[in-house]
Amino acid sequence: MVSVEDNRVIKAKDVNFFYGKFRALTDISMDFEKSRVTALIGPSGCGKSTLLRLLNRMNDLIDGTRVEGEVLFEGQNIYGPDVDPVEIRRRIGMVFQKPNPFPKSIYNNITYGPRLAGLDNRVELEALVEQSLRQAVLWDEVKDILGQSAMMLSGGQQQRLCIARALAMKPDVLLMDEPTSALDPISTAKIEELIQDLKKDYTIIIVTHNMQQAARISDMTGFFYLGRLIEYSATEKIFTRPDIKQTEDYITGRFG
Amino acid sequence: MRWRYFKEGVFFWLVRLSAFVITAALGGLLAYILFNGLGILSWNFLTLPPTDSMTKGGIMPAILGTLYLTAGAILIALPLGITSAVYLTEYAKQGPVVRVIRIGVNCLAGVPSIVFGLFGLGLFVVFLQFGSCILSGSLTLGILILPTIIGASEEALKAVPQTFREASLALGVSKWQTICRVVLPNALPGILTGSILGIGRAAGETAPVMFTAAAFYTAKLPSSIFDEVMALPFHIYVLATAGTHIEATRPIQYGTVLVLVGLVLGIDLIAIVIRSTIRKRKRW
Repeated sequence: MVSVEDNRVIKAKDVNFFYGKFRALTDISMDFEKSRVTALIGPSGCGKSTLLRLLNRMNDLIDGTRVEGEVLFEGQNIYGPDVDPVEIRRRIGMVFQKPNPFPKSIYNNITYGPRLAGLDNRVELEALVEQSLRQAVLWDEVKDILGQSAMMLSGGQQQRLCIARALAMKPDVLLMDEPTSALDPISTAKIEELIQDLKKDYTIIIVTHNMQQAARISDMTGFFYLGRLIEYSATEKIFTRPDIKQTEDYITGRFG
Repeated sequence: MRWRYFKEGVFFWLVRLSAFVITAALGGLLAYILFNGLGILSWNFLTLPPTDSMTKGGIMPAILGTLYLTAGAILIALPLGITSAVYLTEYAKQGPVVRVIRIGVNCLAGVPSIVFGLFGLGLFVVFLQFGSCILSGSLTLGILILPTIIGASEEALKAVPQTFREASLALGVSKWQTICRVVLPNALPGILTGSILGIGRAAGETAPVMFTAAAFYTAKLPSSIFDEVMALPFHIYVLATAGTHIEATRPIQYGTVLVLVGLVLGIDLIAIVIRSTIRKRKRW
């Protein structure tokens, strides 16, 4: 088993992924460190979102997909035969590209997951709502309208609500799939700030198309191209002196 | 240039005309029924049983019978239809098996209603020995409207955004809970609207009930689901073709038609009201 000192929360080992006959990921091996922000970058179709969705088994939902290799979460292979994907998704939360709140009240959006996981104490639920919304820096804006539909909020607020909703499950890892690509610059800045705060308590893995964003908020960056992990190291290094020419070409905007 | 405007004008009027013809057909039909049936309509007509060999009195047992049969059909077909649709859209792997089931459902929708009547007679009345009763009739009508309900439910389930399912599953909520808490509640208005329209149709069907539930005449009101009932469509059929006083019962025939049409349109109206209120509230 893993030693306590092991900082690598998730380890992907020789992962291959197939949509039917199409091979979307080839021999991916990479580790994700605790309390860090790891950015996955690369041109469209390079497999970065596929990898992200693989880490909490969201790809299970697509018919005709196949995974080879191992993804170890705290030492356990999440693709092992006796692993319940529902349990994995409770511990590894996800925020999607487009804000997707439920057509319920703000309060019920937050309590939806915890309630179904068995929490039914009103006081605890209320505390959890406040805590999650505060963590997502949304509390001050919505504390008086918790009973209103989440659909009334702006896009940026909805996305922060979705982050709060994911945080309410108290996950260890937060996966973010281009969380700001549908938002305006001000909302984007708020969410980037939020990510910086959250990394104290959570391991964050974020897919982004925006290279400045990756440079601003991440500690580690992985560059993907055609389903392969081309280069993976500290963000600063990737953006200043990458080892591989393809990475440099992409970052400097020569292709992609 | 002028020729082109002329052509456009002609075409425009053709389109308008065809829409008008349809509306006029419906309007004419309703006006005719109203004109002939309104005279006999009274509180007594709606609340009294027929008397004097059905040449006098009201049609209360037939109204009640149709309500029972329709309610029974809903109780049978709605749960079965919704669960089938959930299986087809949410669980079944899209492939040859599902395709065969879908084709089956569509074929079921195309089967003439008299065939359903005979099937109900063979299976429920004779083989299962329920006899001609509310249960047999409701089961037969239920099967008749099943394709409509499955179709409506499938459409409504597919209309629920995939992102809702993803959001729920990503929170570590199981698929079953996701379906119960997110997918079905959001699909329910659509399911109900589509189903109610199907039910309206079932209420007006004659052939499926004539062998399985409907009595020519019974003054006794049903006391259990194993009793025979009168039904509005069958009552009209009987009065208009099979009685010995066909001319004498003309007003009653029109009155019954009016009540039946009113009932079906009323059911449809409920569906329309549900749909429009939901559309106003929907925000995705």
